[in-house]
Amino acid sequence: MASVTPSNPRIKVNRIGLDSKQYRGTKTTLCAGCGHNAISERIIGACYEMGVDPGRVVKLSGIGCSSKSPAYFLGSAHGFNAVHGRMPSVGTGALLANHKLIAIGVSGDGDTGAIGIGQFVHLMRRNLPIIYIIEDNGCYGLTKGQFSPTADLGSTLKTGVVNDLPPIDTCALAVELGATFVARSFSGDKKQLTAILKAALSHRGTAMLDVLSPCVTFNDHEGSTKSYSHVKEHDDPLEEISFVPFFEDISVDYEPGTTQAVPLHDGSTLYLKKLEEEYDALDKVRALQVLNETRRRGEFATGIIYVEPDRDDFLTMLNLVDEPLAALPQKRVRPPRGALKEIMKSLR
Amino acid sequence: MPVSDIAVQDAPAANLTERVVNDFSIRVATVNGSGSQTANLVLLRSIFRMGIPVSGKNLFPSNIAGLPTWFTIRASKDGYVARRATIDLLVAMNPETAREDVLSLEPDAVVVYDEPLKLDELRDDLTFYPVPFDKLVAGILRDAKLRRLVRNMIYDGVLANLLQIDRQQMDAALEKQLGSKPRAMALNRSALDVGYDYAAEHLEKRDPLVLEPMDKTDGLILVEGNAAAAVGAMMAGVTVVTWYPITPSSSLCETLIDYLQKYRLDPETGKATFAVVQAEDEIAALGMALGAGWAGARSMTSTSGPGVSLMGEFSGLGYYAEVPAVIFDIQRVGPSTGLPTRTAQGDVLTTAFLSHGDTRHLMLFPASVEECYGMAIEAFDLAERFQTPVFVMSDLDLGMNTWMSKAFEYPKKPLDRGKVLDRETLDRIGRFGRYRDVDGDGIPYRSIPGDDMPAFFCRGSGHNEWAQYSERPDDYKANVDRLARKFETARNWLPEPVVEINRKASIGIVAYGTTHWAIVESRDQLLAEADLQTSYYRVCAYPFRDALESFIERYDRVYVVEQNRDAQMLSLMKLDVRPELANRLRSVLHYSGDPIDARTVTDSILIQEGYRVEKAGAQTIRLPHTSGVGGE
Ligand SMILES: Cc1ncc(C[n+]2csc(CCOP(=O)(O)OP(=O)(O)O)c2C)c(N)n1
Ligand code: SF4
Repeated sequence: MASVTPSNPRIKVNRIGLDSKQYRGTKTTLCAGCGHNAISERIIGACYEMGVDPGRVVKLSGIGCSSKSPAYFLGSAHGFNAVHGRMPSVGTGALLANHKLIAIGVSGDGDTGAIGIGQFVHLMRRNLPIIYIIEDNGCYGLTKGQFSPTADLGSTLKTGVVNDLPPIDTCALAVELGATFVARSFSGDKKQLTAILKAALSHRGTAMLDVLSPCVTFNDHEGSTKSYSHVKEHDDPLEEISFVPFFEDISVDYEPGTTQAVPLHDGSTLYLKKLEEEYDALDKVRALQVLNETRRRGEFATGIIYVEPDRDDFLTMLNLVDEPLAALPQKRVRPPRGALKEIMKSLR
Repeated sequence: MPVSDIAVQDAPAANLTERVVNDFSIRVATVNGSGSQTANLVLLRSIFRMGIPVSGKNLFPSNIAGLPTWFTIRASKDGYVARRATIDLLVAMNPETAREDVLSLEPDAVVVYDEPLKLDELRDDLTFYPVPFDKLVAGILRDAKLRRLVRNMIYDGVLANLLQIDRQQMDAALEKQLGSKPRAMALNRSALDVGYDYAAEHLEKRDPLVLEPMDKTDGLILVEGNAAAAVGAMMAGVTVVTWYPITPSSSLCETLIDYLQKYRLDPETGKATFAVVQAEDEIAALGMALGAGWAGARSMTSTSGPGVSLMGEFSGLGYYAEVPAVIFDIQRVGPSTGLPTRTAQGDVLTTAFLSHGDTRHLMLFPASVEECYGMAIEAFDLAERFQTPVFVMSDLDLGMNTWMSKAFEYPKKPLDRGKVLDRETLDRIGRFGRYRDVDGDGIPYRSIPGDDMPAFFCRGSGHNEWAQYSERPDDYKANVDRLARKFETARNWLPEPVVEINRKASIGIVAYGTTHWAIVESRDQLLAEADLQTSYYRVCAYPFRDALESFIERYDRVYVVEQNRDAQMLSLMKLDVRPELANRLRSVLHYSGDPIDARTVTDSILIQEGYRVEKAGAQTIRLPHTSGVGGE
């Protein structure tokens, strides 16, 4: 574990004695102004404030500009930059080996929506305890700006080419398939994204976060529906989110009619003050309806779209021993002589 | 008579004095899904329990019910277990194929058949035993559905009488097969009785085939290779199993699941010391296995050719990012979907280099069920020792057929978890560099997520010895050169070849995997029929040992025998051995989907050695690189 108390008492530290610098990674190599960089910053902030132990975190990604970003946060945590679109399987394996790890996955809209859609679908179904972030810019950044499957109908490339296929709504898919925490946010909305990330860290199950994250180099022009200006103008927050972590002794007064209090797995509480009338983040059907309605209006519903705080996650369903499987000593994984004898006898 | 030591006479019936004891093949032709598997396994096990060496091969279609299937049982007093090309006794139960089945028999063979098929009209050089199966089964059962299922057991009863199979052993074999189902047990036993009694009353023995008790199976077991590999994986301490169903590999993971649930639940809590996940495809199956291997588990997946193809990209990641995982490839006939239920050794080249770039993989080649068990254990040690995917190259013949074996021994060595960084090592080496060759053997140290040691960033993109992203030419080259060094280190760690040097030998034979069993028999045939002495080198792993070169050096001609069209192992050897030695390599190839038989090998070598002239139309394809006929 990395909980070293800094020698300088003036440096502010979090509840496990780490300062925020210790949550940083190597210097980013992404374009200046890329939405992905802002998301890395929010991850750093949320993990610092939540007192997440980097020694327990595994950072996972596929391939793309977005998938590079795990190198740029939590430098002292293990990371695995796998192959294009296949991060879910690698993350699944890692968590099978050690169910005590905190998994943070970063993908792109191409990495998830195109080559990786199969693995994405099955990850959502399994409700694996992982935070799965799609840094969604509607294009393939790393291969220089082609359309991705989340590009909206009618959105244009820099060259003027118009997208004439409907987009995949990863949030709707995730809700439909069984993810137990589904949110959409915007890389430029510091407050909302931080609150969502903290809540995701407190959730046990798949937390799927689609974060609109403009590509300043290939998809920030007039005519793009994933540009900074377009997203800002069409951001339609569902609720005002307050997050009270389990380790803070704060009582919140709220009006049950307009605010929903959602207790999370680790004891933290999420307060969702409704902006959209009759919105209920615990209602799956309503969630899908809102996603459809806002899309029809050409807007992005942001905030916590759906949450199911207490469904068993995949690892719990496997009924594993308490210790990580990876750490079991020989005597617990190699059956005794008697077992082999018994098997041999059965084969006579 | 196909058995060479039997004097052939015109009238088979007059031949009763020349008995053929414990040395013949039985073929049962039935319809897939008709419950014949139970009857066939009972027959096989009865012979085994009589102490007679036996092997069983199931030739089945890619179909759930309705298509023809053949089960071949070979009893061999000499212990030969390879497939025998000739059939001595046919049980013809399938009307669809009966005609062809009978016409393809060698003269003097014996046919037990379903009476209404009137097969005796087809030929007059065979011995026929008609049995009215429907009438007999109607005598035991009213329910037409159940009739279909026990009908096959009747031929076991008939054969028990005709071949003098010990009825007690047959009852015991039946009990073994159906013990837990008393009703099925009772029905099947009466079917056995009905068949036996019918034969005793109505069939006059007119053929020479008999089974007599021996003591050659004492202490042996009967098991399929996939089950053996499953036991091995469990004893190796596998903790994460990820798989996607495919014939002929599914039974490996399915058997493993059964064993794990029986032997790997924590005795105190009842919780699992393993995780099994049926993945969405083979890409995900290997991705999960690699994720688990990276995070410190002993992980595995099992598949066959089509799955191997899908695993390409991840295999390269495993190689380059240096992540352990064990992959069982139960080979079947390709390319593409090919013949999904037939056997081959056709994935050798693909697997050796699976994935793009300069990739090379470690492969193990089990030849027996005992080696399926032993190499499964070894594969997990090797994967962690060398931090790389290890492929165990079994095949359908080994994986799904039933083989005799010595009982498996409890592993002697403790688990080898390889170079995992600990405090002491860290103090010794100073700064941790994930891809630093500290010990000069090409194998770096690794830390594992959650283990409190310094972390690293694992990636399939270019990296230096500190695991930092790098596109520098010197970093790239240094890293892949180290990987090559690691591969060289592995060369001498992998299972040794099994070499039999015969001082009088004029030629060498090289084989691997299940081809071994045909070689054992073929070498005896070569000696008996042409006085041709041979030495034998059985490859057990890739990369090859230096011993391979020394073996080839001894002989002008070395025959590499394998079950694929393109001489894949031979090609791999040509890349490895000195060019002047490569010219000595000849090929014997068999690729029909049936397991290779000794006759094929013997004939091909005798022709290439110039002892025999190639029959017109015989299937010996000579590829450009398998130079000329031997015996020059
Ligand atoms: C198998 C494979 N096919 C294609 C590529 C090329 N490739 C690299 S990144 C990428 C798309 C990335 O787009 P996205 O996931 O949206 O991430 P972004 O770069 O926009 O953040 C592609 C197609 C690859 N690396 N691997
Ligand atoms: S190309 Fe686009 S997505 Fe990639 S780093 Fe630059 S701005 Fe970000």
